[in-house]
Amino acid sequence: MIVFDQVQKSYQVGGRAIPALHPTDMTIETGEVFGIVGHSGAGKSTLVRLINLLEPPSGGRILIDDENITDYSASELRAFRRKVGMIFQHFNLLSSKTVADNIAFPMKLAGIYSKAEIRDRVQELLARVSLSDHANKYPSQLSGGQKQRVGIARALACRPTILLCDEATSALDPQTTQSVLKLLADINRELGLTIVLITHEMDVVRRVCDRVAVMDAGRVVEMGPVSEVFLHPQHPTTRDFVFESESIDSEEMEEDLQKAKGRIMRLTFKGDATYKPLLGSVARESGVDFSILSGRIDHIKDTPYGQLTLSLVGGDLDVAMSALKAADVHVEVLR
Amino acid sequence: MDALMSGLLSNVDWSEIGLASWDTLIMVGMSLLFSVLIGLPIGVLLFLTGKRQLLEQPAAYAVLSFVVNVLRSVPFIILLIVMIPFTVMLIGTSLGVAGAIPPLVAGGAPFFARLVETSLREVDRGIIEATQAMGASVKQIVFGALLPEALPGIIAGITVTAITLVSYAAMSGVIGGGGLGDLAIRFGYQRFQTDVMVITVALLVIFVQVLQMLGDRLVLHFSRK
Repeated sequence: MIVFDQVQKSYQVGGRAIPALHPTDMTIETGEVFGIVGHSGAGKSTLVRLINLLEPPSGGRILIDDENITDYSASELRAFRRKVGMIFQHFNLLSSKTVADNIAFPMKLAGIYSKAEIRDRVQELLARVSLSDHANKYPSQLSGGQKQRVGIARALACRPTILLCDEATSALDPQTTQSVLKLLADINRELGLTIVLITHEMDVVRRVCDRVAVMDAGRVVEMGPVSEVFLHPQHPTTRDFVFESESIDSEEMEEDLQKAKGRIMRLTFKGDATYKPLLGSVARESGVDFSILSGRIDHIKDTPYGQLTLSLVGGDLDVAMSALKAADVHVEVLR
Repeated sequence: MDALMSGLLSNVDWSEIGLASWDTLIMVGMSLLFSVLIGLPIGVLLFLTGKRQLLEQPAAYAVLSFVVNVLRSVPFIILLIVMIPFTVMLIGTSLGVAGAIPPLVAGGAPFFARLVETSLREVDRGIIEATQAMGASVKQIVFGALLPEALPGIIAGITVTAITLVSYAAMSGVIGGGGLGDLAIRFGYQRFQTDVMVITVALLVIFVQVLQMLGDRLVLHFSRK
């Protein structure tokens, strides 16, 4: 478990303290995939680097499994960092070392593994990230997706309990992003390690994260389960991110809503409710006519969801509302 | 042909030329060795103590940087003369091949140190950060990541330093340093033996060409980018 207790960070620029992270409380549970989303400069890079103290905090306490890591001595900190893997946007592989040597590097630095242990572990990890045929290549001979898989294998070498992902898919094309995210999700499930992932793409959060924190100007402005934050965004920044990932133009949507007649409601289905043929029967029972203004059906991690914006005319609205609620549908009245 | 050669190059004593070439080789080789041995750690320290680096130490950086700049800004011909008392103290003489080596190192080491600093700065900061995140100590970062990553740049730096030392070594003839430069000054200049001058210059050009080629090959061999 990672606990931030009033953690803050500011940088000294020309004698003035510029805050990068305002005092923040946050808890990341063991074994979850925690997403941090924000625009560049929102402070998410700083936040993730506080977890392995690449950036020392200016105030507050960071507790990892109930130990205050800000109290660590230099050697304790080095030992702790071996238990925290990290992958990067630009992979940061050593260009002078082969794929196998890159993966072996953290184990060699640790100085507690035998040659045989290192060799076996490297083979195992190469197989895990499907790069066994590339063991003796140099990073410059690999594609972006392959480089990031080397990065992941390297980060896992010393069997960490936490994996930090710094914009790990931002330099990859959509297809490669998909496969890297799937690999991360598999690792999370199989090894049970905690993953903290920062990104500027809500789509990445939607696919792999359990919970998410949204950052804006050095503050966490919204935090919660991904389904909650994604389907019912509260803060304007969160809404921007969700709309962006759904390619919704908020001005156009407003215009559409202006033209629609009757009551406007947003229905949110989650899980099995997504597949139920509900609208027809509700319309028949209540005599309400509806037209669909917008809609989306997709997955949040493994859970299917649907969200429909409807305009309803005539009939008995109350009957329709209670029928929908009885079927586990979240109903928001927009107008 | 033989007659023509002996006519044109009547003053050239080939055994003298051979000996002088060997002396130049020794002077450059030894001074390069010491320049690298002294310059490399200074270059690493310059890098580490620099702004926003692992061991940021503005005072230490300023002192180190000042010393390096002073040694680099003194024209080598002056450095040769200024160094004489120190050289005598160090190895007993300021003459000959041995006497030329201390001033050559004094000129070569700071030059090489700057080149090392520059090539270390070329290493992607992300790689340093990644290595830090693995729990590496500063020593491990330097030997495990920084130096291997900067190796092609450092080899290129050794090449440039070697070539600079060839020209410095030739200059040391002025203070009785020996080698091809000494030959060129004593025979080519002072006795107007133009043929000796031409041969020594040609040999120096060949020497520099071979060094550059060798260096380029090594850089290519160690480049993985």
